Amino acid sequence: MKLSQLPVGAKGIVKEFTDLEMSVKLMEMGCLPGEEIRVDRIAPLGDPIAINVSGYQLSLRKREASTIILHK
Amino acid sequence: MKADIRVALVGNPNTGKSTLFNVLTGLNQKIGNFPGVTVDKKVGYSKLPDGRTAEIVDLPGTYSLYPKSQDESIVFSVLADKANGLNPDLVIVILDASNLKRNLLLYSQVADLKIPVIVALNMMDLAKKTGIEINVDLLAKNLSVPVVPIAARKQLGIDDLKQAIANANKVAMQGDSIDVKSIAPQLIESISREMNVDNAYYALQLAHQHETLKFLSTEQSDRIEELEKEHAFHSQKAQGSETIARYSYINELLYDTVKIPATAHDETLSNKIDKILTHKVFGFIIFFAILLFMFQAIFTWASYPMSLIADSFVWIQNELHRILPAGPATSLLVDGVIAGLSGVMVFIPQIAILFAFISILEDTGYMSRVTFMMDKLMRKVGLNGKSVVPLIGGFACAVPSIMSTRTIENWKDRMITIMVTPLVTCSARLPVYTLLIALVVPNKNVWWVFNLQGLALTGMYVFSLISAVLVAWVFKFILKARERGYFIMELPVYRMPRWKNVAFSMYERSKSFVLQAGKVIIAVSIILWVLASYAPGDRFARIEAKYKQPQYTQGIPQDQIDRNIATEKLENSYAGVLGHTIEPVIRPLGFDWKIGIALITSFAAREVFVGTMATIYSVNGDADNTQSVQQKMHDAKNPQTGQPVFTAAVAFSLMMFYAFAMQCASTVAVVYRETKNWRWPATQFAYMTVLAYAASFIAYHLLR
Repeated sequence: MKLSQLPVGAKGIVKEFTDLEMSVKLMEMGCLPGEEIRVDRIAPLGDPIAINVSGYQLSLRKREASTIILHK
Repeated sequence: MKADIRVALVGNPNTGKSTLFNVLTGLNQKIGNFPGVTVDKKVGYSKLPDGRTAEIVDLPGTYSLYPKSQDESIVFSVLADKANGLNPDLVIVILDASNLKRNLLLYSQVADLKIPVIVALNMMDLAKKTGIEINVDLLAKNLSVPVVPIAARKQLGIDDLKQAIANANKVAMQGDSIDVKSIAPQLIESISREMNVDNAYYALQLAHQHETLKFLSTEQSDRIEELEKEHAFHSQKAQGSETIARYSYINELLYDTVKIPATAHDETLSNKIDKILTHKVFGFIIFFAILLFMFQAIFTWASYPMSLIADSFVWIQNELHRILPAGPATSLLVDGVIAGLSGVMVFIPQIAILFAFISILEDTGYMSRVTFMMDKLMRKVGLNGKSVVPLIGGFACAVPSIMSTRTIENWKDRMITIMVTPLVTCSARLPVYTLLIALVVPNKNVWWVFNLQGLALTGMYVFSLISAVLVAWVFKFILKARERGYFIMELPVYRMPRWKNVAFSMYERSKSFVLQAGKVIIAVSIILWVLASYAPGDRFARIEAKYKQPQYTQGIPQDQIDRNIATEKLENSYAGVLGHTIEPVIRPLGFDWKIGIALITSFAAREVFVGTMATIYSVNGDADNTQSVQQKMHDAKNPQTGQPVFTAAVAFSLMMFYAFAMQCASTVAVVYRETKNWRWPATQFAYMTVLAYAASFIAYHLLR
C-alpha cells in the first residue's frame, strides 16, 4: 500500500521506496523504513498532505507520498 | 572586535537557533554577506565567564550537510574549509529536545568532521511538558561531548552554555558515529591520499559536493570526478546508505537516553489550531482576513505618526527659510534635500508596521501553513507553495524576497517566482499609492468599519497578486523545466511570536530603508533641484526681462506675478525641457511633463516619486508658505483648462503605471545576482514596462 492511499488519521509503517532520488530526501527528514507514519491532514485543495513522522509534522505532495510503500 | 575563540551555531530550521544567537550576543551583532554569495551572515560577540570574548557565527539552518539550496551549502564550506575566514574553533549544535531523532542526524554529520562540538539541547521546557524524559548525563557520556540543556526563549541555561564554551577542548573528543569508510572504502582512501585529507567523512563529502564547492580548484574537482568514475561511486545510493546507518546509530543512542511517552502522539495544541487555520473554508477566509486586517492597520495605525512627521518637516523647512539667508545654497538644502527626504521619512511608520506583521506571520509558523494550503493552487499557475513566502514578502520589498526564493529547490519554479515577485505591491509603492489615493478617494467609512481609502489600497494589493499569478501562468508555458520539483517541508509547531525579534526586525528594516532609499533620494533630489533651477542658455534671463514689461504686471497682484515667473522658469529649466521631451509619449496616459519628470526619476526607485513631487512643487511654489506635498498636488491646476491636474483618471493611471513598471534599480541588480544572467532582468524590465504602459492607458481612458 502506498502512503498516498492512507486515509486521514490512519497509521502505517514504512517498508520501502520506489524512487531513489525521493527516498534520499525523505530519509534525511526521518522518513525511514521501519518508521511509523500517521496522516494528520490533507490540504484544503486536496494536495499536499501533512504526516506525523518521528515526532514532528512533515508536508509532502501526494505524488511524493506515492513513492513510499507501507507494510500491509 | 578581536575575539579569542570563534564559535559557529549549527542546527535544523525551527530549533531556536536565531533566538539562541540573539540571547548570546544581545544587540552586539552585525549582518553582512558570506564572501562571494549573497547569503545573510550574522556575526556577534559574547563575553565568556572567564573574561574572554567569543565570536559567534550564525550559520543557515539545515537538516543535513547535503545542501538542497545555496544557503545550506554555506554550512559545509564554513565548517570544512580551514582557509575560510569564518572556520570555527568550536561548533555548537543546537538540537530541539522535543524532536531529537531528526535533529541528531545533522549532529552526527558535523561530529564526524571531527571539529570540537558542544550540544545545546534547546526547548527542554517544551519536551518536559510533552512528557519526554532525556537522561542528559548519559547522552553526554555516550556522545563524549558536553550536552547543555537550555531554553533559549526563557533564557535558561545560557550561563551554563557560556561556561561550556569557555571550558571547551581544542581537539574533538567525540568518537565515530558510523563507519564512514565502509560506504566507499577505496574512493575515500584515494581522495584522502591525493587531496591530503585526514578525515574520512570530509573526504566522502568532497566526493559528494566537489562540483559546487568554491574552495576546490577546477583541477581538484576534475580529479575527484575521475576517481568517482574509477571506483563506480553513486552519490545518491551512498547518501542513502549513510543516512540509514546514521539513523540506526541514533536509534541505538536514544534507546536508553530518551523516553517518549506513548501519549505524546495525542492531539497536540498545534494540531487543534491547524484544524481551524487550514480548514477547507475557514482556512482561506482567515488568510484573507489577516491580509485585509494588515492593510487596514497600515493605513489607520500609521496615520498619526505620519502626520506628526510630515508636520515636523514643514516646520523645519519654514524655520530654515526664516533663519537662513535666501540664495541658491538655502534653496538647495531646503527645497531640494529636505523636501525630498521628508517625502520618504513620512513612510517609516507604515513600513515598520508592515514588517512587524510579516515577521509575526513567519515567527508563529503560520507562513508555512499558508505554503501548505496554497501549494496546489500555486502549482497550477507554474509556481510552488514555497513561492507564497517571497510573494507575501514582496509586500515588503522585492529585494530580500527574491533572495528568499533560494528555498525553492526547483529551477523553473524559482525563476518564475523571481520574474513575478516585483509585481507584488512593495512598500516603496505604498508612499505613491497613499498619496494618490488620499488625493482622489474620499476619506469615508462604508459599512461602518471599512475605510474607503483603505479599501482602495487593499484593492491595489489584491490586483497586484492577481497580476503576478497571471504573469506566472504565462511564464509556465514559456520556460522549460530542468528537473522534477518536489515539496517536502517541515510544518513547525505553532509558537508565540518573539516580540523582541519583531521589534528588532521593525527597527532593522526601517533603518535600512531610510539609509538605502535615503541615499538615492538625496542624490536624486540634488540632481533634480539643479535641473529645475537652471536652464539652457539665457532662458531665465529672458523670462525675468519679460516680466519687467508693464503689460505682464499691470493690474496683477505681486504674488500672482511671482507664481507666473516661477512656473515659467520651471517649464524652461533643464527638468522642464526633459519633461516636455517625453510628454508626447506619456500624454496618452494622462500625464503632463511634471509627472514625466517624476516618472524618469522613479526609475531609480519608486519612492522617489513623492520626493520628486515635493521638490518640483517646492521649486515652483511660494517659498514662504510650505505645505505638505499632498496639499500642493491637490491645488495643482492645469494652466490651460484651470482644472485640477490630479483627477481620478490621472491618479489611477499613475497607480497602474507604478503597479507594473520595474522602477527599482536594486531589484534589477538582485535579479541579476540571483540568476547570473542579464537576460532575466532584461526580460523582466521589458515585459513590465509594456504592461505598465498598457495598464495606464486603459485605466486613463476608462476613467476619463
